[in-house]
Amino acid sequence: MEILIYGITNSVTLALMAIGFSLTFGISGVPNFAHGAFYLLGGILTWIFINQLGIPYLFSAILSVIIVGLLGFGLYWGLMLRLRGLVVNEVIATLAAAIVIIEVLRYLGFSGFTYVLPEFIKGSVNIGKAWLDYQRIFLVGIGVGLIIFLYIFTHRTRVGLSFRAIAQNERTAISLGIDSDWTAALSMAFGSALAVVAGLAILPLGSIDTEVGYDILIYALAVGIVGGLESVPGIVLASFILGFCQILVATFFKAQWLTVVTLGAIVLILAVKPSGIFGKYKELEERV
Amino acid sequence: MAEAIRYRKERIDRGIKARTDTIYLLSSLRDMVYLFLPRFLPILLLLLLPFFVRGGYWEKVLFYSCMFALLALSWDFMASVGLVSLGQALFFGVGAYISGGLNYYLKMPIFLTIPIATLGGALFCTLLLFSVLRLRGVYFSMVTLILPLLFAHLIETLDILGGTHGLLSLTPFPGGYPAMYLAIIGVIVCLFGFRKLISEDFGLVLRGIKDDDRVVMAGGINIHWYKAQAIFIAGAVGCFAGALMTHYYQFVGRSVFALDFTVLPLAGAVLGGPGSFAGATIGTFILVPLSEALRALGGLRMALYGVILIGALVVLPEGLFHYIERRYHQFERDARV
Repeated sequence: MEILIYGITNSVTLALMAIGFSLTFGISGVPNFAHGAFYLLGGILTWIFINQLGIPYLFSAILSVIIVGLLGFGLYWGLMLRLRGLVVNEVIATLAAAIVIIEVLRYLGFSGFTYVLPEFIKGSVNIGKAWLDYQRIFLVGIGVGLIIFLYIFTHRTRVGLSFRAIAQNERTAISLGIDSDWTAALSMAFGSALAVVAGLAILPLGSIDTEVGYDILIYALAVGIVGGLESVPGIVLASFILGFCQILVATFFKAQWLTVVTLGAIVLILAVKPSGIFGKYKELEERV
Repeated sequence: MAEAIRYRKERIDRGIKARTDTIYLLSSLRDMVYLFLPRFLPILLLLLLPFFVRGGYWEKVLFYSCMFALLALSWDFMASVGLVSLGQALFFGVGAYISGGLNYYLKMPIFLTIPIATLGGALFCTLLLFSVLRLRGVYFSMVTLILPLLFAHLIETLDILGGTHGLLSLTPFPGGYPAMYLAIIGVIVCLFGFRKLISEDFGLVLRGIKDDDRVVMAGGINIHWYKAQAIFIAGAVGCFAGALMTHYYQFVGRSVFALDFTVLPLAGAVLGGPGSFAGATIGTFILVPLSEALRALGGLRMALYGVILIGALVVLPEGLFHYIERRYHQFERDARV
């Protein structure tokens, strides 16, 4: 029972971390390796707004989502646009941007027990033997909501469909009147904003540590790769597989195995089926 | 309305360049100097540098630069086969741990551990990466990004090979010069060896794989075998650097799998200009001393590498070396359009 409950919350947490990354990298094919850095930056911005500028929680949350979204847009427009098409250079550039953001934040000392975001509602509830705080319940709610939103967004709305279009075939998308640069920049903005939303839901569970900037990227990569980058059901399935694996491993072995399981899963999936469990589009692109 | 006269830049090979391409090179001393100076000057400089920085802090910096130059060369070699690695730390760490482990547990002397670590480590990395050789582009990069992290965590979790403490008090090099000259000669051999290799038939196949792997396959060439060979060579260089570093510091710990050993060589190679090997060397020999000079910045150094990397990608995508090379061989003039 505890395993079930902790497994579900853990899985949804993973899914939340991965959604933004999946939206940019998976669905519209723009590698945003600064995902973890934006997640971290969002949390710290919110903390600054609340504690140093005295802005109420809700406004500071919305404000930091918007700011980081714009930053993502700016990163694309200012930097990635010059490298568009050279996927590996895009990866290197965004990874470098992530390193810059994270290391500057680390240098400024935004790490440790002082930096705690407020929970939505304090307190906890007992379910069987498991002990669950309200924040985690909210987190599950937000996670499920976002996944449904993402599915509808990418399958029913014009913008969402154009995201998928430029990933599948950019030239055809252009010939159908989709401005691919604009769309890619938008998806970068959306992904970054979603990273902050995830951060706002997850970060209150502990204190902010700059190291999470790298960890989040790894988890998001893991979920994205295992599930198949462009597939929303893939994200859900992969986060449940990984989430339960982690909980089982942590229960029956040692907690240190968590990261090893995640990293091992990435390598295994990439070696066996790089497009992931649900992936299908890129069979020809990814290997020979 | 009179049409404005427009000019564009036109690049033309210098006369001396055209002459030195052929046998006429032998006709004058100046031509010979033109051709050989860019090759001998760096070698001479590298070989003499240890005497100038004898002992003390800058000797370490020079050694460090050589380590990173080796890693950058190994990155560049893989990149010229189209295998863009985001984890040179993997080679470095494997080499470091093999030589460290052999020395610590089996008490092997240095002249055995370094060759074993170089070849064994390269073999290990090749076998490890063999299953993912089929991956292309960014998928391969992701595997290489993850593997060093995986190893670092495995060592921590399993508590093997010294766990979080690392292996201490390994055999040091006898005196300062052997280590330094091993590193420097390593850099020189790799630099010119790779440049030679890539212009041979073997290198032609490798570059072909980078440009279009399917065409090479259609030519009846087993590209996986070639890729495996390339990884073996690049891995050997990376592992050699790791093994040297281990004995230089008489210590090996999880930090050998750290992001530094990936990001710095990468930044060096991108700054210097990928694909030419000389660029990677120049880039690291600029970056490493620069970052040592900026040590006061502390944690910001990593951020600085990031900035340099982005700047180099955007402003000078061809890299420093290609720019210098072009200036050396060609001149520009305005031509009427």
